[in-house]
Formats: sequence, C-alpha cells, structure tokens
Amino acid sequence: MSYTVQDTATMFRRNMRHAQRYPALALGPLGMPVIMLLLFGVLFGKTFKAGLGGSGNFDYIDFLVPGILLMAIASGTMGPAVAVCTDMTEGIVARFRTMSIFRPAVLTGHVLGSVLQILASLVLVVGFALLIGFRPNASFGDWLLTIGLLVALTIAFTWFAVALGLVSKTPEGASNIVLPISLVLPFLSTTFIPLESMPSGIRWFAEYQPFTPVIETLRHLLLGTPSESGNGWLSIAWCAAIAVVGYFWAQKNYNKGTVA
Amino acid sequence: MSAAIDVRGLRKSYGEKLVLDGIDLNVAEGTIFALLGPNGAGKTTAVQILSTLIAADAGEIRVAGHDLHRSPDEVRAAIGVTGQFSAVDGLLTGRENLILMADLHHLGRDEGRRRADELLERFDLVDAGSKMAATYSGGMKRRLDLAMTLVGNPSIIFLDEPTTGLDPRSRHRMWQLIRELVAGGVTVLLTTQYLDEADELADRIAVLDHGQLVAQGTAEELKRMVPGGHIRLRFNAPEEFALARQVLPSAAPNEESLVLQVPNDGSVHALRALLARIDDASLEVDELTVHTPDLDDVFFAVTGQPTPHEPVLQTAGTMK
Repeated sequence: MSYTVQDTATMFRRNMRHAQRYPALALGPLGMPVIMLLLFGVLFGKTFKAGLGGSGNFDYIDFLVPGILLMAIASGTMGPAVAVCTDMTEGIVARFRTMSIFRPAVLTGHVLGSVLQILASLVLVVGFALLIGFRPNASFGDWLLTIGLLVALTIAFTWFAVALGLVSKTPEGASNIVLPISLVLPFLSTTFIPLESMPSGIRWFAEYQPFTPVIETLRHLLLGTPSESGNGWLSIAWCAAIAVVGYFWAQKNYNKGTVA
Repeated sequence: MSAAIDVRGLRKSYGEKLVLDGIDLNVAEGTIFALLGPNGAGKTTAVQILSTLIAADAGEIRVAGHDLHRSPDEVRAAIGVTGQFSAVDGLLTGRENLILMADLHHLGRDEGRRRADELLERFDLVDAGSKMAATYSGGMKRRLDLAMTLVGNPSIIFLDEPTTGLDPRSRHRMWQLIRELVAGGVTVLLTTQYLDEADELADRIAVLDHGQLVAQGTAEELKRMVPGGHIRLRFNAPEEFALARQVLPSAAPNEESLVLQVPNDGSVHALRALLARIDDASLEVDELTVHTPDLDDVFFAVTGQPTPHEPVLQTAGTMK
C-alpha cells in the first residue's frame, strides 16, 4: 500500500485532464447558482427585502449568497456522478481493476478532481456576488471557518454523488439521480426565505434537512447574523455523516462482485 | 514446463443461470491457449475470473504461481488484460493513455515516457499518439488497448476476442503482434469464436459450450476426433486413373478431373499403408493431398450446433 498517494495522484491527474478536455461537465453546474443570483439578488431583491420586512441595513443579496453557495455545491454533484458512471460503463475501469494499484485510488481521484472544480466554481460565485453587491463583514477567522465548512460539505456531497453515480446504470440515469440534491435541498431550505415565513409542512422539512443549519452557520460567519449555537456542530455532524455514508457506499459498490 | 495458468473445477453462476460448470484448464508457460466457443458459451466470464475482475463461486485457480483467491494483487502484478470492449480512456490521447499505464506501474517519469513512445512506434500509432483515443478507428483502439496491456511487461496476457469486429488487414496485424509476444516468452490465453483464429495461433485449444469444456487438445488432435478425413489422389493419365480405381476400390472417383478420394484419417500409419499400396501397384500419382477435417467439423461435432461461419484457412498439407 506504499503507492496510496502516488496512485491517487495519478488518478487525480487523469480526472483533471478530463475536465480540461470536456469543460462543459465542469462549468455546466455554474449556470444555476449564477442565474439564481441574478434573478433573486438583482431582479426580485427589492421585493424580497420589502416582503421580509427588511430595515435599512438589511440587504437581500447578503441573505441570499450563503444558500446560493450551497446550491453551487449541490449542482456541482452532477459532475462526479456522471463522470464515475461513464467510467464504469466503459472498459477502462475493468482494466484498472485487473491492475495491481491502490484500489480506492480510482474513486478518490474522481472526488479530488470534482472537489477542486466545485471549489473553483464557489470562488467564481463569490466573485460574481461581490460584483452585484454582496458585502460580507466577516473577519479573517470567519472566512477560514467558512472555507472549511464549504470544503467539508463539498467533500461529503461529492462522495455521496460518486456513490449515486456507481448505482446508476447509465450516465443519463446518473444525471437524474442527483437532481433531488440540486433541486430539493437548496429550494426547500432557508436559501430564499427564513423558516418563519414557510408553510408548516415545508418548514418542518427545511428545519431538519442538512442545508439549513449550514446556511444559518454561514450567515452567522459571513454577516454576523445571530444563529442558534447548535447549528455549527449540527453542520459538521451532517458533513461527517454524509461523507461517511457516501464513502462506504461508494467503495462497497465499486468492489461489488469483484475480488477485492 | 511449469503451468502459467492452472484451473480446477471452476464454477460460476449468475442467479439461476450456470455460466461455468466445472472447468479444468492448464496453460503451459510461453504458449498460446485458445478458449473457443460460440457467443454465450462463458468465454468472457472465464477470462474475467482468471484476470481477477470477478470472483468465482468455486474452483482452485493458480495464475503465475499465485493462488488467485488468496493473493489477487500478486496475480494482477503478473498479468495484462485486453478485454472485449476497448479499455482505453477516450478523453486522453494515445500517448497519455500509455503514460497513465506507466504511472500506474510506477515506472518513473522518464522511463514511462520512453516506454510510451516505444510502444507507439511498435504498434504503428506514432501519428495518432497526440490525438484523443475517442477518435481512433476500431483497429487502432484495439492496438492501443494491447499496447496499454504491455506497458507493465506482463508475463501472462489475457485477450478476450482480440479480433472481433476487425477488418481482415487489422486482424492479420493483430495475429502477428500476438505471435511476436509469445516469441518474447509471454503466455497468452485468448478467447475467440473464430475457428481459423484458434487454428492459426493456438498451441492448444479448449472448446467451451454452455459452460462446459467439450473438447481440449492441439488443433490436430481435435481434428482427428471427427471422421471425414481423406486423401486426394490426382492422376495425369486416364489409364493410371483406371488402374488406381481397381487397386483402391473404396475410393470415390471423379472421372472428369481424374481424382480419387480415399477415406483416410490422415495418421502416419494409415498414410504409410496407402503409400505402400500405391508403390506395390506402381501407380504414377501426379499429386497427393491430405485433407484432415477442419475445426468447423470439430466444432459441429462436439457442440452439436452451428457456428458463426468464417472463411476457413487452408488446412490441407500438400505432398508431391
């Protein structure tokens, strides 16, 4: 197992080269968060601010950005799911499996490549948000915690997406199976409106799904919005749980029926 | 000679469907072994198991001296596999594919690049080396695939239907490459549904049908298992032909071409007996040809079913 790092690095380079050859899969997921920023931040911003009873120093764009960052992560999961499924339906993974290489390297290479791409898209989203008026008042330490939490959530959802890609039979199926992540979780959370203004059923879901505590924690870190003290730990617990389930589910499926 | 591959009692089923039903195989080092059978016979499953891709349900398997079940990684280090469906990375160029393999074999940067260029040269892919593999023709993909298999210098190579779907020229090129490999000391186990391919390449052939080995041996041994062999005698003069018909009454005559077909199994003993009778009668034979049954006949006989019929290469030996 002395080649753990070397083999993982090789697989990572392979996936970065794929992203370079096939940029549509890497850049495609940027579309939704950017459009949402424009639509809700710029176009409906004033209406939402009024509707939410915002006072003078409340800016809807600031309220919006943390949820949009999570939306970027969620729509970024399509990349690894489709890429892993495509890999599995082609002969190349069969070849890797008959070679004496560090076994988890194939999937870990995918995860590393995707995490890097999603983080790059987060940087672009933040840059765009700053352009259209996003004004966080976070300290350096707050920014570090924000980055740490976003990286953790990205790793967790990427492993989960890889597992979903492995259980999909076709790349089309893989792109559909991750849709609930990018559609349900960001919209039925506090991305656009606070919990208090939701109808009770949706409110119940939003309160207990993983995105809400993360969004609340990010608001607290970036804007100093008051947040329940448990949200930070709850966010970390969600990230750890999703990462562990995703990782083991993925490895189990990757090794299914083979000589491990 | 020691065995490169030794298999006893290999079994595999998918749910209710029994795919391999107790296979025994022994492949000697440095030889070509062909697993011959129609589609669905279990050839690919056998290769997938022997190459550590999927697990067997039962059976003792040793590959390159290692127990496949207990030390799959040692087996993997010794083998190379070229599957039925091309195992190249379409988004990488040919050269990048080879370098990827070199990296995974930990050859080091310079050695990996040197090896990649050497293989591109050997497999006529120098011009295509900088193009994405997805743009390659079927024959080029198959050559790149085999080149990738060779990066790690495997001592045993599995080729699953290496020429299926290739045009005749690519096919002969592939045969030539396979022969070169074995000349270099490599052991090859290939699967094929083409009888001529097995006949052309293999030292030993096993015929697989519905998950069972129905025959095993050299091409010659297999051909001798079925009746239908004969010796063809051609004469110049009608009077010699007429005399020969009296000497060999069991032969089937063809008056127009002055040809006699004498039933004969083609063995040395039977051939010597026939030559003795020809000598005794002082017959002037213009041409003598031995016709052993070809693998098609063997296939029909042992599997009892028709096969995808490819043009069969000449299997007759001519004596003058």
